[in-house]
Amino acid sequence: MRGSLPPAEPFTFQPHPEARDIRRELPRHRGKHRQRQKMIHSLFLINCSGDIFLEKHWKSVVSQSVCDYFFEAQEKAIDVENVPPVISTPHHYLISIYRDKIFFVSVIQTEVPPLFVIEFLHRVADTFQDYFGECSETAIKDNVVIVYELLEEMLDNGFPLATESNILKELIKPPTILRSVVNSITGSSNVGDTLPTGQLSNIPWRRAGVKYTNNEAYFDVIEEIDAIIDKSGSTVFAEIQGVIDSCIKLSGMPDLSLSFMNPRLLDDVSFHPCIRFKRWESERVLSFIPPDGNFRLISYRVSSQNLVAIPVYVKHMISFKENSSSGRFDVTIGPKQNMGKTVEGVVMTVHMPKAVLNMNLTATQGSYTFDPVTKVLTWDVGKITPQKLPNLKGIVNLQSGAPKPEENPSLNIQFKIQQLAISGLKVNRLDMYGEKYKPFKGVKYITKAGKFQVRT
Amino acid sequence: MTDSKYFTTTKKGEIFELKAELNSDKKEKKKEAVKKVIASMTVGKDVSALFPDVVNCMQTDNLELKKLVYLYLMNYAKSQPDMAIMAVNTFVKDCEDPNPLIRALAVRTMGCIRVDKITEYLCEPLRKCLKDEDPYVRKTAAVCVAKLHDINAQLVEDQGFLDTLKDLISDSNPMVVANAVAALSEISESHPSSNLLDLNPQSINKLLTALNECTEWGQIFILDCLANYMPKDDREAQSICERVTPRLSHANSAVVLSAVKVLMKFMEMLSKDLDYYGTLLKKLAPPLVTLLSAEPELQYVALRNINLIVQKRPEILKHEMKVFFVKYNDPIYVKLEKLDIMIRLASQANIAQVLAELKEYATEVDVDFVRKAVRAIGRCAIKVEQSAERCVSTLLDLIQTKVNYVVQEAIVVIKDIFRKYPNKYESVIATLCENLDSLDEPEARAAMIWIVGEYAERIDNADELLESFLEGFHDESTQVQLQLLTAIVKLFLKKPTETQELVQQVLSLATQDSDNPDLRDRGYIYWRLLSTDPVAAKEVVLAEKPLISEETDLIEPTLLDELICYIGTLASVYHKPPSAFVEGSRGVVHKSLPPRTGSSESAESPEAAPSAGQAAEQPAVIPAQGDLLGDLLNLDLGPPVSGPPLAASSVQMGAVDLLGGGLDSLLRSDVGGSPAMGGGGGFAAPGPAVPAGVGAPLGSGLGDLFDLTGGVGTLSGSYVAPKSVWLPAMKAKGLEISGTFSRQVGSISMDLVLTNKALQVMSDFAIQFNRNSFGLAPAAPLQVHAPLAPNQSVEISLPLNTVGSVMKMDPLNNLQVAVKNNIDVFYFSTLYPLHILFVEDGKMERQMFLATWKDIPNENEAQFQLKDCSLSADAVSSKLQGSNIFTIAKRNVEGQDMLYQSLKLTNGIWVLAELRIQPSNPTLTLSLKCRAPEVSQHVFQAYDTILKN
Repeated sequence: MRGSLPPAEPFTFQPHPEARDIRRELPRHRGKHRQRQKMIHSLFLINCSGDIFLEKHWKSVVSQSVCDYFFEAQEKAIDVENVPPVISTPHHYLISIYRDKIFFVSVIQTEVPPLFVIEFLHRVADTFQDYFGECSETAIKDNVVIVYELLEEMLDNGFPLATESNILKELIKPPTILRSVVNSITGSSNVGDTLPTGQLSNIPWRRAGVKYTNNEAYFDVIEEIDAIIDKSGSTVFAEIQGVIDSCIKLSGMPDLSLSFMNPRLLDDVSFHPCIRFKRWESERVLSFIPPDGNFRLISYRVSSQNLVAIPVYVKHMISFKENSSSGRFDVTIGPKQNMGKTVEGVVMTVHMPKAVLNMNLTATQGSYTFDPVTKVLTWDVGKITPQKLPNLKGIVNLQSGAPKPEENPSLNIQFKIQQLAISGLKVNRLDMYGEKYKPFKGVKYITKAGKFQVRT
Repeated sequence: MTDSKYFTTTKKGEIFELKAELNSDKKEKKKEAVKKVIASMTVGKDVSALFPDVVNCMQTDNLELKKLVYLYLMNYAKSQPDMAIMAVNTFVKDCEDPNPLIRALAVRTMGCIRVDKITEYLCEPLRKCLKDEDPYVRKTAAVCVAKLHDINAQLVEDQGFLDTLKDLISDSNPMVVANAVAALSEISESHPSSNLLDLNPQSINKLLTALNECTEWGQIFILDCLANYMPKDDREAQSICERVTPRLSHANSAVVLSAVKVLMKFMEMLSKDLDYYGTLLKKLAPPLVTLLSAEPELQYVALRNINLIVQKRPEILKHEMKVFFVKYNDPIYVKLEKLDIMIRLASQANIAQVLAELKEYATEVDVDFVRKAVRAIGRCAIKVEQSAERCVSTLLDLIQTKVNYVVQEAIVVIKDIFRKYPNKYESVIATLCENLDSLDEPEARAAMIWIVGEYAERIDNADELLESFLEGFHDESTQVQLQLLTAIVKLFLKKPTETQELVQQVLSLATQDSDNPDLRDRGYIYWRLLSTDPVAAKEVVLAEKPLISEETDLIEPTLLDELICYIGTLASVYHKPPSAFVEGSRGVVHKSLPPRTGSSESAESPEAAPSAGQAAEQPAVIPAQGDLLGDLLNLDLGPPVSGPPLAASSVQMGAVDLLGGGLDSLLRSDVGGSPAMGGGGGFAAPGPAVPAGVGAPLGSGLGDLFDLTGGVGTLSGSYVAPKSVWLPAMKAKGLEISGTFSRQVGSISMDLVLTNKALQVMSDFAIQFNRNSFGLAPAAPLQVHAPLAPNQSVEISLPLNTVGSVMKMDPLNNLQVAVKNNIDVFYFSTLYPLHILFVEDGKMERQMFLATWKDIPNENEAQFQLKDCSLSADAVSSKLQGSNIFTIAKRNVEGQDMLYQSLKLTNGIWVLAELRIQPSNPTLTLSLKCRAPEVSQHVFQAYDTILKN
């Protein structure tokens, strides 16, 4: 008897944690005779019921059947949001995003940075949103020719060409009801017959010859608080995701400088390409020639190291009795560090455990609904008045015979505070150079809940 | 008035109807018809039948209609190029249109038609468009060069388009720059040798300038391109880093990640004491964290990359643990990745927080996630020793919840904790035993049985517990059966008096009633051990087990370094090098991190010396050169008895089929009848005087030295036998051929020395192989540049491939070769060492190895003795690795090392090996398993040769 047994002790050959057999799943490319296909090959738009309602091929046509792999993954994921963004098939990779109830599935044949593709797909969705007011199946189907023109303009040979909405809008006019009426009468078209002027300059994001009778520049400072609050009410994690969205309607070539009272707050920032990075590095001033219209100027993050104020607190008591197929539910929401402003638009959603049959509650304020299928409890609270705190309490009915649920539901809270940037960020002043007129300027602050979760 | 109306005509004869409308006189109707055609196209209907009709609409001054037609053309140009060529004249005309939009459209569409014929029409318009006054046209033309290059690379080079493209990098318009870079990088990727983006400090400077100018997409191309550059010193690396850092604040996450790649790579060159190094580390954290607030898909890719970065440089994110905390509404794929990173970042400082989080996760709804969270608690215990106690108590709390899958998962990880910290937490065994009945998963059952067996002496009713498992022995999975067998033997050795019956029972169950060979084998081993030498049995079965380490789940460092070079790519998402999933990747250049400056790289020059030595060695073979007597002698000896007829017959057969037909038999008898040649052909008889290493082909050796990207310090290439004489001069009218085979970085070559020992000049050399077992064939013609003068010799490295025709030879590694020169055709045969066929990706996955080993029938196993080899297991392992024999696992059994190895032959045959090394015994035992057992003998010879040289 020889000692040539393969090792069978379970410890010597522990499977590597990453060792799902990837090799089998990964596409093997043909070495020779492969048409070089860089970047994005095709795009399929798929709705939630699994219909492919649009396809676009930038190279040769790829059969729809490639999407079967996607459907397979979708089935496995159960929830639409859990479909993995990168799927490999024997000959292609599928990189997808899920936006506005539509899957944007791109087909890739070679090594391509996935982020590149994902960013591009989001840009496509943004463009649809921008053009049609909504990014929906109906809107896309209603404008299929424009969609096709846009897709062709955005990508050539798999390279992104024009993704700036300013430029696209000059090449392909967005549809408006008025224009389509006019077009049908006059026979004119919605295709721009001149070249976008921005392309000629070093400022590709701005078109030349912009003219407004009312020159306006608005900035919205929007901050979202992401937080996890534990059972006892202390903060496990909190950070602020901020953006400054701008709406600039200024004639000519204005050169703007935006300065802050407390620029030091901004240590982690992502800029729109128009911002001059050097100026920011040296003077902490945002200096830029803006695109025309709506755009996101910067996004920033104020991390948990700085103290993040939590504007609401939640008192909760959710319990299930052993062997009685019922439980108690009692939640109160109150204002906390809200800098004297009103907390409004408060909505609480709770995914109750599966065993919950229905809920019998009374709300002192607002209204609640419980969906017995999805087990989601939604309580639309509205405004919080400190004098009389909103409360929701009552009985939870469980399926008879079901064991006491183990998991504790998390409470998801939404709220809004007008005229407040919770980080304390304040715009100091806006100066304009390069043009003579006096623009109308405005800054608006708003704080919202992002992913704000209270564990129970 | 929406486009959806175009979808409504789904009646019969739709195509026919459309055709009629397309040919309508009314412009409006035509346009509507084209729109309908496009609408059908968007839902995947085949409307290519309308091609001629649509093309007819092209001649119009209506821009919208023209654009629509072009949309149609672009879609079908790729799949129906022959039809598209019909429209060529219009394209050429449109390239001259005063409207730049139309010029661009035309040049762009032409590039999509993948037919050679179109290129001749395309060149002139393209040249004009590349120099067009309008940047929109220029940028479109830039991409067109890449398209054209794909169709006809030579043409693009000849026409000088590549130079024009290079000039466009300094164009005044950022969009043009971006597209030029994109086109160049695509071309250079498909033709790595073209040296297009040859990166030198000047061109790097150009690219860095362009980086500030061009669009976000162009920035990605430039950054990816920069990442391939190897700065000459740390100062250059730093200055590039400084100019790349601002990209970290870009709103486009792909730009950010590409910048991170460049920085991570060049950082490798910076000294850690440098202030700048610290600054850079600090700058890297915020952008990485910001990526996590983006859309979930972006988060996922970011997290996969952060996973790599955290392993390479944990210091970057060590304070950012909290951003990886899981939110309950994160998609599951994000949750699992976050969890993984949390464990990697866990340290004594933050373990309390991490544990509290993990405990929270363990009560969530998603079963997969909960399981992973429980497992994570176990990994924390193993990673952070100080936390082990807390982890164990957390796990016990979780077991108390009695949630079935939580309990099972907890027991599996507690077993690992026991292995890491023996004799520390055994007090919890009682609690574990309470849950025995609820375990229904094999892994959990096996873990529990292991625990009972391992700690049998402390569990009073261990025998009862194990007996209860034994009842349904045959219904258990193999994993549990094996574990139960071992556990009961352990129990018996610890408490022999009470458990004799039990052990008898399990042994008979395993050996007599089971048809699983592993189980049977193990049962017999125990049985023999117990019956012959109980003391030895004790030593074997109860031997001290090596501790498991915390880092079992880390990516191995060399792979990690390679993956760092692929940050942001698909490879980084799969954590596999591209070579693992791109076929034909032998040509893929393995990327590696630059060496840290200061670590003086020793000059790898030993190869230079032997070449000189060899020159000195050569002449000794024959009598002094110029010796007339010798030459005369040589001439006299020249024609051997069998020579002339053989040669004569073959010349008539022509050069094409040199070795066809009945020559085989002639040759074979020749080989057999000439012992000198047979011996000389085999590598087993090394030439006495030639120093080892001479055989390394000079060309590729030098290539290695200068190939900076070729992996520093990994001088790869398998063992090369010294050259031996294959064809003596006397058998080949004065032509002497000696040679050897080598394998370097995935390519096989036959390294030959041709020596002219005749009086006349030799020329017109050619070589051909007969069909052979592995399809070896010359990959290039035999190139002897100048005629070979008398007494001159020339060294040639002939690249080989394995795509020739296959015929099984006897012996398997026999290779019959024909060499022709202006004098005659000569034949010889030689034996090649099998290890030149061992491919670089011959490392099998562990569980694959296990499964395959079990799968291959036992009669295919062959055993050999490797004598006189007193190397340590590690030395053996590394030596074999050099020749692509990969060690998959090593374990120590009864004081001897067992190496489990795999290798793969060029034709895809896997060979699995088990190598037993006893410390004081110079004889190694090699067991080989392979589905094609006939190769075993030759693999053994390869082992023997490699290990002894």
